[in-house]
Parts: sequence; structure tokens; C-alpha cells
Amino acid sequence: MSILDQTAVGLGKQIQAGELTAVEAVEASLAQIRAAEDHMNAFVTIDEEGALEQARKIQARIQAGELTSPLAGVPVAIKDNLCIKGMRTTCSSKILYNFVPTYTAEAVLNLEKAGAVILGKTNMDEFAMGSTTETSAFGPTKNPWDLEHVPGGSSGGSCAAVAANACFYALGSDTGGSIRQPSSFCGVTGLKPTYGTVSRYGLIAYGSSLDQIGPIAKDVTDCAAILETIASYDPKDSTSVKREDMDFTSALVDDVKGMRIGIPRGYLSAGLDEEVKAAVLGAVEVLKEKGAVVEEFDLSLVEYAIPAYYVIASAEASSNLARFDGVKYGYRAEAYEGLHDMYKKSRSQGFGPEVKRRIMLGSFVLSSGYYDAYYLKALRTKALIKAAFDQAFASYDVIVSPAAPFTAPKLGASLCDPIKMYLGDIYTISVNLAGLPGLTVPCGLDSKGLPIGLQLIGDRYKEKELIRAGFAFEQSRSYKSPALAKEWEVRGQGPAADRPEKWTGHRKTAGPAGKE
Amino acid sequence: MANTISDETMEYVGILAKLELSAEEREKAKEDMGRMLDYIDKLDELDTSGVEPMSHVFPISNVFREDVVVNGDDRKALLSNAPEEEQGTFVVPKTIEQ
Repeated sequence: MSILDQTAVGLGKQIQAGELTAVEAVEASLAQIRAAEDHMNAFVTIDEEGALEQARKIQARIQAGELTSPLAGVPVAIKDNLCIKGMRTTCSSKILYNFVPTYTAEAVLNLEKAGAVILGKTNMDEFAMGSTTETSAFGPTKNPWDLEHVPGGSSGGSCAAVAANACFYALGSDTGGSIRQPSSFCGVTGLKPTYGTVSRYGLIAYGSSLDQIGPIAKDVTDCAAILETIASYDPKDSTSVKREDMDFTSALVDDVKGMRIGIPRGYLSAGLDEEVKAAVLGAVEVLKEKGAVVEEFDLSLVEYAIPAYYVIASAEASSNLARFDGVKYGYRAEAYEGLHDMYKKSRSQGFGPEVKRRIMLGSFVLSSGYYDAYYLKALRTKALIKAAFDQAFASYDVIVSPAAPFTAPKLGASLCDPIKMYLGDIYTISVNLAGLPGLTVPCGLDSKGLPIGLQLIGDRYKEKELIRAGFAFEQSRSYKSPALAKEWEVRGQGPAADRPEKWTGHRKTAGPAGKE
Repeated sequence: MANTISDETMEYVGILAKLELSAEEREKAKEDMGRMLDYIDKLDELDTSGVEPMSHVFPISNVFREDVVVNGDDRKALLSNAPEEEQGTFVVPKTIEQ
């Protein structure tokens, strides 16, 4: 087994044991990124020098016995909507093409304290709006299982990078499924915690009442260890929750005897790919054999989650993205007449089509005359959806579903029909509306060789139930990485002579067709 | 389609959203928004009378703290992100016309 095949926790143990160093791990990751990046485009910024420097410092502290975290010295990639002091943070948008934060997101700071080594920033749908990573201003990321397919989104860069062994784990964010759906498409494990568990301070907001940061990794053990590290009460996030039960790794036990698992009947009907259905039901059988009590039930209101989500998320986005106006940071149009024209032109030239679509929809549903009919109606629907989940969790410990109704679509097949793309989020979106935790675990491949993901949904603050169920299921199978990950590792080519701008890490100002 | 977005509505949304669309973009946006609203109208099937709008899923209350400065002087770093700055301030186009 090569270094790159290690899980994050496995690598951390080897580093603590002195079997290899943080520097060696970073060098292995960077070599893999070099080989993969021209094909995959999972990163917006790669901080080669910074990562090596961090690794040397962290290695010295590990040897001095100062850093004992399971993640100390382990290389990580961070989604490009999480601020890191001094490192370009773009949200994959032209409007932030040159933005260099003056502070670091709390979740990333928690990783840094634990001795994580940051490799760079991963590609995403622009401002996390999309399900394919194709709305990025830096070009789409490709799925390492098949480069003609999308990795999912919006955390597509993070998930593709983990699947391709280009990093040992990554952070993503999830507003409507943006960790769980791409994890499913890329065959990796992703966890969206209960709303309020991980501080959103330093996460560039999309839908503030729905956004939550979470881990993307090779297995449930890694996700539990990462969540334990990034979760914290933070007074800088007014929705942060003080929790006492954040020892998530204590739930890594192979025991689901008596666990009550519910499958929403409506989730297995129309629109669900037969191969996905078979894989998910196969996974449920495994849990049943291990002693879980499984039954189907009716989860009501399933079909109302997506329309309610798009009203609420777009409304919040229209407000959150009002700050991008060409004054304090980011892109400013070159030619304009007066202040308002400068705002309008900077925004119109800086935002991509999907972002504009959602800002306009959000502005519309919040405008006087439509506020009650759309926005308040959506908030009332959200209350009913939350109540439906509360009722379900009176009978079940965990709800099981597919993570997505199909495996990764081909590049270019989704964006032409936004509503069709939105419908792909049917299984993930209601979880955000109800603020619940959700975990995606790979559960097989379809006949095209593309990964299928199982989604486990828990009641609020019940991540441990998900971790227990996911861990138990995972014991029945071994982790598979895509053939390309090995091929790239063998090839291990050097960086292109003409180094693209993303390789230069810190303090860069040139952007996609932006002004200098 | 049930929802037809008028040019006046698009104009109004453009003002609220501070976006300026080309004629082509505007036609596409009208069509997209009409289709989105048709889809969102599905919510009308649902009887929500007597249901309180839920803006936050968990009961939360105001979080208070002492108003104490905890961050340092970041002026230089903050201004380094500005498209235009002068003497420690952000520069914007003239806002008051003669």
C-alpha cells in the first residue's frame, strides 16, 4: 500500500509512530495533484511552498510531542468558500477572483490547531450554487471515476480530490446537499452535521439558515475524527450551538443491533434509477443482517422540499450576495457612469448566470406583493417538513435513502435544464430545511462503473447514530478508489513548464478575464 | 406557462438585485423565472393555514456579549483587497451629481 492509499486517521497514526513524516505525506499529495490536475481541475489554488513549509514546522512539533491530534501532519484540501488568511479565496467566482482574506474560518482554524497541513483550495460551483461544479468561473472539475462525467456539486472539487488521492481529506459545505451528493458521485464519505455544530464564521454565506461545513473523506472513521476536530461552539457565529456530546469517534462501533431504520416509501418510487435503488436496498440488507430493524414508512411532503428550498435559499442568497458591489474587495467593472452604474456593471460582469438567476429569483420572492405568497409560504412549508421529520424520528433512529436519484451525469448534460438539475437534489434538500445531520457512504458501482452513495439521515444532534450505522455498514466492504488515481500515481509527472496561475498559491491577483 | 414575467417586473427585479442584463439575458431570465415560479407554485397545493413561518429550525435566542474590540488594526490588509483606495479609505465614484 502506498502512502496515498492511507486514510487520514491511518496516515496520522503512521506519522505519530515515526513511520513517515508530514513532509513526505505533503510531497506525495503534491506529486499526485501535479499528475491529476491537468485532467481533473479539482483545485482553484494550490499552495505548494506554503504546504511544505507548514509540514516542516508541524513535523518538528510532532517530534517534540506538542501535537498529538490524529490529524497532525495530515494534508487537507479546503473548499474555496472557506476563508484562509493570506490565501486567495474566490468562491469560484470572477467577482472574488483576487480576494485575499484577512482572517481564517473557525473550522479551518480548528484544523490548523490540530496540526493539519493545507494543500490548497478546491473548485466548486460558483458561490456553491449548482450540483455539478460546472458553474465555476475556473472551469468544471471532472470526475476521477470517468473524466467525461461531473463530480457533482457544489463541493465537487473537494470530493474529486479525495477520490483521486490528491489529498487525504477535505472540507466542504452543504446548503442543499453539496457535501452528500458529490460524495456519492465520487465514491467517498461525506458528513453534513446538524445545523449549528460547526461554526460558519469565515464561510462565505450562500443560504445562512441552511449552510453547514462538514468533512469529506475515505471512510466514516475519518469523518468522525475530522468532525470532532472542526466542531466547536463559537460566539462569532450567532447560530453556533453549545453541545456536550461531540466525542464523535466514540460512536465508531460495529453494532446496529436493535437500531430502528426507516426507509421513506416515496423515496424509492418514480425517478429513481434501478441500479441505485438495488445498491441502496442491498446496503439496507447488510444493516438488517447485522441486527437493525428496518421498515418502510410514509414521509410526507417530500415533493414540496425542493420548491420551498429554492425560495428560501435564493432569498437568503440575494441578501447575502448584496455585499459584492465592487467597493471593498473583488472585481470592479472598468467603465461605468456613477456609483449605481458601477455597482450594477461590476455585479453583472462578476457573477455567472446561475448566481444571477438565483439572486433575481430571491429578490423577486422577497419583494413587496410577493413576500407572503412565496417567501412566507416557503417558511410555513419548512415548518411542516420539520414536523414530518420530528414525527418520523419518534419511530426511527436513522432514515435511509439514496444520496441522489442517479449516478454522476455527463458534463454538459445538466445545466441546460435548471429544474431537472434541481430535482436531482430531492433526497438531500429536506435535510437542510430541517437542520438535520446526513451522512453519505459509498455502497456500490453501477454498470458504467460510477459510484452510488447511501444516505443516512439522523435526528438533530444524532450524528453518533449515523456514524455507528455508517461504520457498521462500512465493515462489510472495502474502500475502492478510481483506476485513474493509481494511474496518476504511477505516472507522477512534474508540473507543466508553463505553470498555471493556480499553482502559485498565496497573494495572487490575476483572475479569469478580470482586471489586474 | 402560468407565470408570465413582464418587462416591468424584470426591470424592478433588476433594480432590487442591482443587476443589469443584456436584451438576450433578459429574455432568458424572464423565461427561467417564469418556469421556476410555475414549479414553486406547487406549494399552493399545501394547506399552510395556521402554520407559523419557521425562519430557524431550532429555538434560538439573542446572543449577547460585551461590546469590546477583540480584533487588531487590519486597515492596511483590508484595504489591500479594495479595487481602489486612497489615504486609508475606499474610493468610490462620485455619488452626488451637480
